Amino acid sequence: MAVVDYNAPQSVQEAVALLSGSDIKTKVMAGGTDLIIQSKSQAVEPLRVVDLKHIAEMMSYSLDDGGLSLGPCMCCAEFTALHDVETLYPGLVEAAYLIGSTQVQGRASIGGNLCNSSPAADTIPALIAIGAKCRIVGAGGERTVAVEDFVTGVGRNCMQSGELLQRILVARPAPGSRDAYLRFIPRTEMDIAVAGAGISVTLDSQGVCTAARVAIGAVAQTALLVASAADALIGTQLDDASVAKAAAAASAAASPITDRRGTIEFRRHIVGVLVKRATLIAKERAQASL
Amino acid sequence: MTGVLVSTTINGDAVQFACPTDETLLDSLRNRVGLTGAKEGCGTGDCGACSVTLDGRLVCACLVLGVEANGREIGTVEGLVEDGKLHPLQEKFIEHAALQCGICTPGFLVAAKTLLEKNPKPSEEQIRYALAGNLCRCTGYDKIVRAVQAAAKEMRKK
Repeated sequence: MAVVDYNAPQSVQEAVALLSGSDIKTKVMAGGTDLIIQSKSQAVEPLRVVDLKHIAEMMSYSLDDGGLSLGPCMCCAEFTALHDVETLYPGLVEAAYLIGSTQVQGRASIGGNLCNSSPAADTIPALIAIGAKCRIVGAGGERTVAVEDFVTGVGRNCMQSGELLQRILVARPAPGSRDAYLRFIPRTEMDIAVAGAGISVTLDSQGVCTAARVAIGAVAQTALLVASAADALIGTQLDDASVAKAAAAASAAASPITDRRGTIEFRRHIVGVLVKRATLIAKERAQASL
Repeated sequence: MTGVLVSTTINGDAVQFACPTDETLLDSLRNRVGLTGAKEGCGTGDCGACSVTLDGRLVCACLVLGVEANGREIGTVEGLVEDGKLHPLQEKFIEHAALQCGICTPGFLVAAKTLLEKNPKPSEEQIRYALAGNLCRCTGYDKIVRAVQAAAKEMRKK
């Protein structure tokens, strides 16, 4: 490993200044569960680390009428224990609960999962499903980007050098609106998604779906928001035929690869199954919230 | 390589050490502080042999930088013994023969202790889930689960 300089700024302003103040390659660190491993395997290049965990607002959250405002560095172990958040965003909490072991969850964060930008990241489809947005800050000021536009490729995202993820923002779901996340792995726990599906649905008092978002993960270079799958759900009672149509639309939208965890054909099939099952879970939760 | 002075608390004792910024907490504990209970199995956060607590939260010491310990509280397997007496988990691991080669044992003990502090009466499933980040290639896990159940029962009596 070649971390030659470790910085623990106390404020976002200080962190932003550190990000643009050096010729040495500078990386932001949240939990470090990806960064420390990556820096161990790339021992040659000197690395300057800016640890964001000493900045109070990066570690905190608020939940009010406006919705959830999440400090991106809060560890998953702390996040998954927030019962008020779990009530409103059960799908996001279940995605965070699937990341690694208890030990890894003690460090890993949702913001880190997002910025590491792996195609198989569990929280990314879950965030897209609930319409989450990223507030990014840099020397030039702030900007807000939808999560589906944040990740641009395998391990790549829209943040420019000198920028950092300051906040994850999610609107408060209305009664009748809830989410769910499911993934497939070959074991019972502690593995990387072969495919994943994040769903949110909104039901009116008659049980008709008035809004839906379907996001799929690990079946393309980035997690995908599948509008055609959502369209198959909107205006229906989320009956078997509509849900099957959404599943087929998700399978059609997938462009997976074959690797040792699964083949193209299997991933295409299983992502449809996950969309179907996660939709039914979200439906049940939405009904219960009315 | 720059060395940084780290002031931390380990198992309740104030400790200072100097380490380079690229050193993991695992290496700092083992090579600078002399606490060799935490083991390096994989070095990538998969095996849990280096499990310690950081401000009470279970983490892999191989995924923490030594400099991050500054101002924080670290708990290691060496902190389980109180007044020269083994922790009930340690006693039950011996009684149930919940170890063979022993490399994974300190990690299991620290992880199990963290679990029982949060949940004094875990189900078998909860124990297995909480210990899923600790790998053991000898025991087949069953004896470990039984030992944790027995220790939990013992600790509830007190």
